[in-house]
Amino acid sequence: MSTEDYLKDIIEIKDMMNKSSRFFSLSGLSGILAGIYAILGAIVAYYLVSISGRDYLILDGKTFNYILIDLAIVAILSAITGITLSMKKARSNNESLWNSTSKRLLTAFLVPLVTGGIFIAIKIYHNHYGLTGSLMLIFYGLALVNASKYTIGNVKYLGYVEIILGLICSTMPTYGFWFWVVGFGLMHIIYGSLIYFKHDK
Amino acid sequence: MKNIIGNINKAFDHRIRLGIMSILMVNEYADFKTLKELLGATDGNLASHTKALENSEYIKVEKSFIGRKPNTKYSVTNEGRIAFKKHVDAIEKLLKQ
Repeated sequence: MSTEDYLKDIIEIKDMMNKSSRFFSLSGLSGILAGIYAILGAIVAYYLVSISGRDYLILDGKTFNYILIDLAIVAILSAITGITLSMKKARSNNESLWNSTSKRLLTAFLVPLVTGGIFIAIKIYHNHYGLTGSLMLIFYGLALVNASKYTIGNVKYLGYVEIILGLICSTMPTYGFWFWVVGFGLMHIIYGSLIYFKHDK
Repeated sequence: MKNIIGNINKAFDHRIRLGIMSILMVNEYADFKTLKELLGATDGNLASHTKALENSEYIKVEKSFIGRKPNTKYSVTNEGRIAFKKHVDAIEKLLKQ
């Protein structure tokens, strides 16, 4: 065998190790869109609170229910966009969307996220909703760091940013709304653009 | 130089076998279908290569059923892990010369 053949072997080994352990077809565009949904959702929430005549939220008000629906819509739209666009990208990468790597990715992502979701729901039920924004950021960040092992590795930096934002937010809960807008809106748009220009093109 | 060439393992001297080993090195296990998809091999082709690696005791096979469907899981053995590392080291050394 020639040097060229050995070089090909090494490239093949690295390629197979990566392909078999990581899901690469995450769509950057869906990150950008998720950020835009989050900002639109936040504008709606801001508007809902301002027409309620109070500057703050109370739990048993109609406004609070509307805001929960608003949040759910943002989350569902982001998930649908993420799945659809990743499916498209997987098809063009010749990778199947539902394979062992994407399953691992999803499990790694969902375990911290669902834990956080249930925890936040329990806290809200007990009237402790002051830290909701901070907790959402922290658990989402942990989910990203955990999932980054099975996808484009630098997703973990977005995770770190979300965790740090969440921690800072917990010291100034009255600004929770703005931290949420930065973490879920702005950061997704910035990070989605980075992936889009690096991997989607 | 002779020493390095001695570490090049003939058992891994094929794209499919090299691929199977690479995949199993970074995964706890992989099933037949996953290997087939990743390597773009036919059933018969892949089966003959897994058999060869199994015979040299570099990988082990675990057959089970999911419902009624047979499911074959492959994983790397300790010997396989050591042999493959040696092989990759030897290639890298050759390339550095």
